[in-house]
Amino acid sequence: MISVNRYKCGYCGACVSVCPIGAVELIETWIEIADDCTECGMCAGVCPIGAIEVLK
Amino acid sequence: MKERYDIIVVGAGPAGSIAAKTAAAHGSDVLMIEKRQEIGDPVRCAEGVAKPQIKEHIKPDERWIAAEVKGSRIYAPDGTSVELSEDVSGAEVGYTLERKLFDRALADEAALAGAEVRVKTRATGVIMEDGYVKGITARHLGEEYEIRADIVIGADGIESKIGRWAGIDTTLKPSEIETGAQFLVTDIDIDQDRCEFHLGNTIAPSGYLWVFPKGNRSANIGLAIGGDVCSRGKRPIDLLRNFVEERYPDGRIIELVVGGVPSSGPLEEMVADGLMLVGDAAHQSDPLTGGGIINAMNAGSIAGEVAAHAASEGDVSKARLQEYEAIWRERHGKRLERSLAVKNRFVTMTDSDLNKLVHSVEGIDFSTMNLFQMLGILVRKNPQMLFGLRKLFM
Repeated sequence: MISVNRYKCGYCGACVSVCPIGAVELIETWIEIADDCTECGMCAGVCPIGAIEVLK
Repeated sequence: MKERYDIIVVGAGPAGSIAAKTAAAHGSDVLMIEKRQEIGDPVRCAEGVAKPQIKEHIKPDERWIAAEVKGSRIYAPDGTSVELSEDVSGAEVGYTLERKLFDRALADEAALAGAEVRVKTRATGVIMEDGYVKGITARHLGEEYEIRADIVIGADGIESKIGRWAGIDTTLKPSEIETGAQFLVTDIDIDQDRCEFHLGNTIAPSGYLWVFPKGNRSANIGLAIGGDVCSRGKRPIDLLRNFVEERYPDGRIIELVVGGVPSSGPLEEMVADGLMLVGDAAHQSDPLTGGGIINAMNAGSIAGEVAAHAASEGDVSKARLQEYEAIWRERHGKRLERSLAVKNRFVTMTDSDLNKLVHSVEGIDFSTMNLFQMLGILVRKNPQMLFGLRKLFM
């Protein structure tokens, strides 16, 4: 699963833009990942601050 | 909030506020929503803008101008630099803004023009009927609303969902974004008259590092790198920390900014039936410089006017709304296309290539040239390294 560290995240939305299936959403000051996430890890890759991890 | 408007604008950044203001000024009944409770915050921007272009949209006000710069200096990886005077760099940089106040001033103008503004209101979907976008669903203070409109303008930034919901694929590849981090550093000795741009694969691979004066011994020091070269230990935040600790060990960091910028070049389609996309949502930021404010405002202005006319005529079809896209492309398309071609070449360069480039123009007087002309000289001086770009600068 995808884990977003809310204490690290700067809620910039970079991760949202690269999600191939639109499963990532920047709500207001937090990121939500929808159930249809395929765990491709694109979002984790582009995070400027390293707040996202793919947990195997 | 009413149940119906002529036009709904989603997002109150520069693109959205100018679109809302322009449409309202042309007589449309406009709602602009912003998901954040404070417009302009959190900032996701280096805050540099060109003076002449900003003046086309709003009267400069010292409340949102943090600093004014007269020129800039570009540094090669080996430290060699070339100086650009205001005439050249002024095309890309001129003011350092206080975005929090700037964005609010633009939203204020939209409100004064007659647009209704709702903060802490997030679009959760679009209403689709017969292939047309007919409005949005939104959440405001925990309540769900259905709001109808003839046209929805998506100005919802890099994280745009409006386009995707209406069938325009706005997904970016990691190589098509720049991912960045920035510190506002204070109590440092920097030249407050000059912006700095640092190139190099160690400092900022597939991107650059900037130092933008912000007045009173402070500066926005930030960098952006290609989303495809971002990896553990070499993320923007790591690279930035390294640079600031090395160059400004005594600086105090009083703000942290992170963000992504589309560097893909504009969307192939910016409109659909009942829908327009503007600003970062339409990938209109400059692929080479990352600058997006002016492009967004220009798009907002064109889209707002076209939307107002289309709504009052009762034809909001894609074909009608394409007028916006055609005007935008005619005015700005070439420039972004050129920037994309140059960027695509720059990201493949080694540090030694970048050094050679800067060395090739050392001592040249750029004081009467704009960025386009300066790039033209680089291309002429380095025909082999920049092969294929020449035709773009004829």
